[in-house]
Amino acid sequence: MESKNNWKAWLYLAPVIILLAVFTFFPIINTFYVSFLKNYDYMRGTSDGFTFDNYLLVLTPVLKSGPGTMFEEVMMTALPNTMLITIITVPLSIIISLLIAIGLNSIKALKKVFQTIFFLPYVTNAIAVGMVFSVIFDANTGIFNAIFNTPLHTWIAPAFGVQGSTVNYWSALFALSFYIIWHSLPYKILIFLGGLQNIDKQYYEAAQIDAAPKWKTTLKVTVPLLSPQILYTLITSFIGAFKEYNSVIGLFGSEGGKFDKTTGPSSMKTMVYFIYEQIGKNQVQYACAAAVFLFLIIMVFTVIQFRVSKKRVHY
Amino acid sequence: MEDGYRDLQLVLRGSSRSVKSKEISSKVWKIIGLIVVYALLAFAALIVIFPFYWMIITSLKSGEEINRLVPTFFPEVIRWSNYSDAMAKLDFGTLLRNTLIVGIFSTLGTLITSILAAFAFSKLNFKGRDMMFSIFLGTMMIPGEMMVISNYISVSRLGLTSSGLTGIYIANIIPFMVSVFYIYLLRQNFKQIPDALYLAAKVDGKGDWTFLWKVMVPLAAPTLITILILKLMGAWNSYVWPNLVAQNQKEYYMMTNGLRNSFNVASDIDQYGVQMAATVVVTVPLLLVFIFFRKYIMKGVGRAGIKG
Repeated sequence: MESKNNWKAWLYLAPVIILLAVFTFFPIINTFYVSFLKNYDYMRGTSDGFTFDNYLLVLTPVLKSGPGTMFEEVMMTALPNTMLITIITVPLSIIISLLIAIGLNSIKALKKVFQTIFFLPYVTNAIAVGMVFSVIFDANTGIFNAIFNTPLHTWIAPAFGVQGSTVNYWSALFALSFYIIWHSLPYKILIFLGGLQNIDKQYYEAAQIDAAPKWKTTLKVTVPLLSPQILYTLITSFIGAFKEYNSVIGLFGSEGGKFDKTTGPSSMKTMVYFIYEQIGKNQVQYACAAAVFLFLIIMVFTVIQFRVSKKRVHY
Repeated sequence: MEDGYRDLQLVLRGSSRSVKSKEISSKVWKIIGLIVVYALLAFAALIVIFPFYWMIITSLKSGEEINRLVPTFFPEVIRWSNYSDAMAKLDFGTLLRNTLIVGIFSTLGTLITSILAAFAFSKLNFKGRDMMFSIFLGTMMIPGEMMVISNYISVSRLGLTSSGLTGIYIANIIPFMVSVFYIYLLRQNFKQIPDALYLAAKVDGKGDWTFLWKVMVPLAAPTLITILILKLMGAWNSYVWPNLVAQNQKEYYMMTNGLRNSFNVASDIDQYGVQMAATVVVTVPLLLVFIFFRKYIMKGVGRAGIKG
């Protein structure tokens, strides 16, 4: 039976293997390859041979330094932006969604209603709702300034009719982080709720007999038993935050924002933003070098997270 | 048993209160706790819902009303014309046509390739099956940007971005006719179908092909519906790839990049109403699909988090 099935199985797999070979496996190798080509012309497929210059130009000030260089764009703008987004949004969104999931798990009435509401951001379009947030955060007419009594504070774009940019970088980062967390809650709540429902009731009965207070039970029983789900969301949201792009486009438009230079980076361009911008400029080799760099960062951090968690995650 | 447990409590030394008062106070604390939980959940739900509410009411306001320093929480004069303006500005018909064509074909393609691959991985024995599956799953760890650049080079060099609408459709459909995640999802489902059924069909002289389409596929219908919905929503929401291949030509836009590119310039505030009407038009179909297919969507999305 085994040998008879062999060729048949490959026939069933053929469409997938062909498509993956062309659109997944080949591109991965090709991206590495192109990142080492000098003056690559992607329409003709020609280049001036191998070089490390793409990496040196994108990642170091060795070949070219000063404002407007790719080193500035990546290492002084895109990478710090991406890192800050990750550091702020990943822990906050995990903590908030964990609290909401624990809250949802402890109630009976209205549970379904709340669950549906909290899932809504997941099914919406990152770009469309980003545009809604840009209206909410508008300096002149935004509801955010009205509610929090911060009239004319510029969050993501200068007030209407004001010359030059008056947007504080940190205000923009706040608005963006707020939006990213808002948009990333549903998925995590869903994962945590699934995990909570699988926890054996015995643990809670044991805690009750020991007369452990509720917060202590949550901290010492629920959280450790949820550690596989926490690790999973940590890794996926970390990767997601490192690839943040749509939220920036939705909130700041396709220019990526324009901020007061004295307060931080002058735009909210992220690593992925830089990559797509280079494709638009026909500088594919730089896009490839940046993509390989991003890939390596994500891989290193993922491996570290797995290593650290090995001791702390209970399966 | 119950009585013995209570007696045990009574014996506890140093406790100045009786069991009864302790029970009452623990009940009071439980109610207070529940109120706090509901209050916090309601507050969080309010923050989640608010942008949707704001989107809808802003879409119905006039420019003058949006422009006021003290925002109104309900439009004084409802301006429906924002919607007709938004539809015209979006060129909604074109966006819908492009999105549906791309969405339907890439979804059909994904369903077919996933069914075939999931069948091979779940019911057929062949050399290298587990290794192949691991390699497939491994590709999910690699950031999509690594593939997007090269794929863009490929479709450009094939001339798909410069040969009219058909080329654009092909460029938007073919790379998205396969999804490792959906193969994984479907394989899990196929595995639950007992092997005895498969062997019985063999005894009856039914081939693999008939068995797959007559037995497996109908049994896996819920998962297939989940894939169908998530995939169609994916086409509706996709921005990066359609935007790359369209190369700023309006007639090639799909729903989401069409929306963003229609309102990209820092337009005057009068346009906010029209802009929000456009986002409502793009968002509401998604919400409707969610309301009708809530179970399928949440099941499919939640599946990813279960280990193993």
